Amino acid sequence: MLTVLVLLPLVGALVVALAPHALARTIGLGFALASLVYGLVVASRYDVGAGMQLTETHTWIEALGVHYALGVDGLGLLMVLLTVAIVPPVMLASWRESDEPGNNGARAYFAWVLALEAMSLAVYTATDVLLFYVVFEATLIPAYFLIGGFGREGRGRAATKFLIYQLAGGLVLLASVVGLYVVSANAGAPSFLISDLAALDIDPTTQRWLFVGFFIAFAIKAPLFPFHTWLADTSEKATPSTSVLLVCVLDKIGTFGMLRYCLGLLPDASQWATPLVVVLALISIVYGALIAIGQDDVLRLIGLTSLSHFGFIVLGIFVFNATGGAGAILYMVNHGIATALMFLVAGFLIHRTGTASIREMGGVEKHAPKLAGAFLIAGLAACGLPGLSPFVSEVMVIIAAFDHHWLVGSVAVLAIVLAAIYALWMYQRTMTGPDRVDMAPVVDLDRREVGIVAPLVLALVLLGFYPIPLLDVINPYVHDSLVSVGLGQEGGQP
Amino acid sequence: MTEFVKPSVEYFELWPLLVVFGAACLGVVVEAFAPRAARYPAQVGLSLVALVTALVGVVLVAGDVKSYEDGAARGILAVGGTIAVDGPSLFIWGLVLALAIGGVLLFAERYLDGGASAFAGQAATVPGTDAETAAIAAQREHTEVYPLLLFAVFGMMLFPAANDLLTMFVGLEVLSLPLYLLSGLARRRRLLSQEAALKYFMLGAFSSGFFLYGAALIYGYAGSLDFSAINEAVRNDVGSSTLLLIGTGLLSVGLLFKVGAAPFQAWTPDVYQGAPTPVVAFMAAGTKVAAFGALLRLFYVALGADRWSWQPMMWIIAILSMFVGAVLATTQSDIKRLLAYSSVAHTGFLLVGVVGLQGSAQLADGEITSLQAVLFYLATYGFATIGAFAVVGLVRDGGGETTALDRWAGLGKESPVVAAVFAFFLLALAGIPLTAGFVGKLAVFSVALAAGAWPVVVAAILASIIAVFLYVRVIKVMYFDEPVGDGPSVAYPSVLTATTIAVGAAVTLVLGILPGPVLDLAAVAGEFIR
Repeated sequence: MLTVLVLLPLVGALVVALAPHALARTIGLGFALASLVYGLVVASRYDVGAGMQLTETHTWIEALGVHYALGVDGLGLLMVLLTVAIVPPVMLASWRESDEPGNNGARAYFAWVLALEAMSLAVYTATDVLLFYVVFEATLIPAYFLIGGFGREGRGRAATKFLIYQLAGGLVLLASVVGLYVVSANAGAPSFLISDLAALDIDPTTQRWLFVGFFIAFAIKAPLFPFHTWLADTSEKATPSTSVLLVCVLDKIGTFGMLRYCLGLLPDASQWATPLVVVLALISIVYGALIAIGQDDVLRLIGLTSLSHFGFIVLGIFVFNATGGAGAILYMVNHGIATALMFLVAGFLIHRTGTASIREMGGVEKHAPKLAGAFLIAGLAACGLPGLSPFVSEVMVIIAAFDHHWLVGSVAVLAIVLAAIYALWMYQRTMTGPDRVDMAPVVDLDRREVGIVAPLVLALVLLGFYPIPLLDVINPYVHDSLVSVGLGQEGGQP
Repeated sequence: MTEFVKPSVEYFELWPLLVVFGAACLGVVVEAFAPRAARYPAQVGLSLVALVTALVGVVLVAGDVKSYEDGAARGILAVGGTIAVDGPSLFIWGLVLALAIGGVLLFAERYLDGGASAFAGQAATVPGTDAETAAIAAQREHTEVYPLLLFAVFGMMLFPAANDLLTMFVGLEVLSLPLYLLSGLARRRRLLSQEAALKYFMLGAFSSGFFLYGAALIYGYAGSLDFSAINEAVRNDVGSSTLLLIGTGLLSVGLLFKVGAAPFQAWTPDVYQGAPTPVVAFMAAGTKVAAFGALLRLFYVALGADRWSWQPMMWIIAILSMFVGAVLATTQSDIKRLLAYSSVAHTGFLLVGVVGLQGSAQLADGEITSLQAVLFYLATYGFATIGAFAVVGLVRDGGGETTALDRWAGLGKESPVVAAVFAFFLLALAGIPLTAGFVGKLAVFSVALAAGAWPVVVAAILASIIAVFLYVRVIKVMYFDEPVGDGPSVAYPSVLTATTIAVGAAVTLVLGILPGPVLDLAAVAGEFIR
């Protein structure tokens, strides 16, 4: 069942790559929608509560104990749903962008997007560490070509920087993956299956070394301070649609990995590292928000706000209580939706004004109320306005942070103030005020664009008022993982 | 005085070796007596038939050799114990022969340069003289290259199968001498090519001297050149360990030179740059495979009991090779030099596998052995390398083949397929998942880590990160940089080169996704016999 989920967009990528140019986009969207529908079918088969489900396991490389093994738990399912839901709007939004002169054409763009979708789905469903590693690295190839092939001047450089950062992280991860193999071989039977590895009793020193490898890789991916510098360049140079895929889908692999591999396989080492990780998360939260305030490039600004938000997610994961864990996972979903909205609306704006510089914009509100409205909602979501879904997760993480230590909570709260500054100030400078004399009035969103924006806004509001369905899926997972760390009794169901 | 006993020759087991040697000799006869027009088809046909026959022979022999005592190893000692036809030998033979078939196809390519091969019309003419012009006008070509290639292949097969130091030395020389010659035969940029050949010959001869001296010292220590006798001597610790240590060191110099390990790598970039591209493709892949086979046999079979003395040296050389290769590769602006330094880095990665040697008692069931890892890595590296160099031969500008990296800008738009295939080979060399290079790296890292050589693995990870940068840089140049001037053009290859590239790419992809069968083959090869 999950194999089909992964294969569907992969086959789609091949079909699009070979399809006639004029049909490529339609076929691509068709496959993306089919994946979305199939993702919902998978979700309907998922039985809320129990652990790993819909599993399939086949031996892949016998000599190395590698399996082709897929499965979803609550965490995996949500990430799968986020992925399949984000891709269709991204495709619609890049309908015209990808056709601009100087680009490699819509066919390549849509094929790479589908390939990226397939690899991401494989990452979120892999239950064998080596399979995870393989697809983890494989996501970089479509991402590299999406960044380098489409977007603004200087994108080649940004793509190279992105790839080198990510591959460096990947190689560090490889060391830890190989380390796990050696540990399992020493214990009797070499295997990469998560279920086998979780049963191992790894001595503390080894655990710590393995943790360091895993954590560095995921911190680069997430991104967490001080491994974040690729993020700003990439989101500035790539197209907004690519950034959505990167930040909303691909970067979640980082926090996903921390949950599944750091906490899941190396619980003692994760607790050992908590003080440092919490500090790094706090720095990310505050620093990301602070430097976002000073940015002039809209896309760069949005990229940097994600640094702050990923700080929240990591904080939620590493405070080790049920509220924090659930909040972090919920945050991953909400951040995906909110940031996607922000990037896409910013993309529409840039397309109309022809510039990404905040200084050169102004007065959009009067001519394009729908665009301004969507931008405002995205901005308010980013700064955690009650009623919009990020608020719920942010509050959960902050409560958990106060539970952990009052100081941690106080620092995290700071970010809300800072978020209000960057979000509202950005809105004020771009949307309000007098018209720019040198610029034609901005046209409002057309039907296609409203069609992209509306479902995202709807999702933000719905999940803002009624996050229970998500929490129902998340809580059993968080409960199980805390029990495995030996903290099952603490906290409760939020 | 001992009576001379004529050794029995196991003709069946040595069949692949004999076919290649016989065909090489026959090629010399053809060269002497066939009319000029008939030589090219005759030589190409003869070489291909010989190599395919030998490959079939390897498969037959592999199906027939018996298990050796405890079942961990299988094979026989042939010709009075001088040649070991065992699992690892057969694996390497098969690999060398497959790569050599690709080599012949590249040698035979005449379509790229308007009917002329990559080799000089007449090597004896001085570049730039009337004699050279006349040779070109007469459309002469060196068809000696095919017998030379066959002799080199024979050497590459004998070298890793040699079971005593003298046979190993013979193999070393038989493999090297034809390559020295072939390196000097480029039709274009002949001075560069001749200089490369001279440099290769001088340094190669020097390293052979080291090897021979080392062999003499080991003889002084053990009283025999035979590997099993040396092994016995090392175990029983008979003679002076100083002799053993110095001998081991000198032998290592000879072998490490051949595999291009730092600090003996200085010849690689110059030779790779100067030699004709088809020769580089064959030499880079084949020599590495053969020389690593010999290195493994010498260190595992003869000196395995003394591994506490040589493993620290291997650690250092592995780390040094990886860093020298990766760091210097990033500074190169010529694609062939870049691949040369990358090959030095790969030598380092292979040595990471070599340091993973540990006693079979220390291995868990189903855990992969050091030998298995290195053999698998050799297979992945060989096919990716020959494919990559075959692609290098296709990219041209006004002045023929162009290897300057900045001339490759815009290749992605000019020829998407060639650029994509080359990018794929580069990703394989970088060790990105879903390519064979990744599984190879995984295998050598695991054995080294299992043997406790974690500092080497950490160094290997760091070196890989540096190396990634250089491969990505080439991909960026091909895809995202604006072409300089007219930009590169891609010569449409004939079926010969296309086959080599396609097979290289296919093997690299298949071994990346389904490495099981070849890993199993390497496992079935078992251990070296004594």
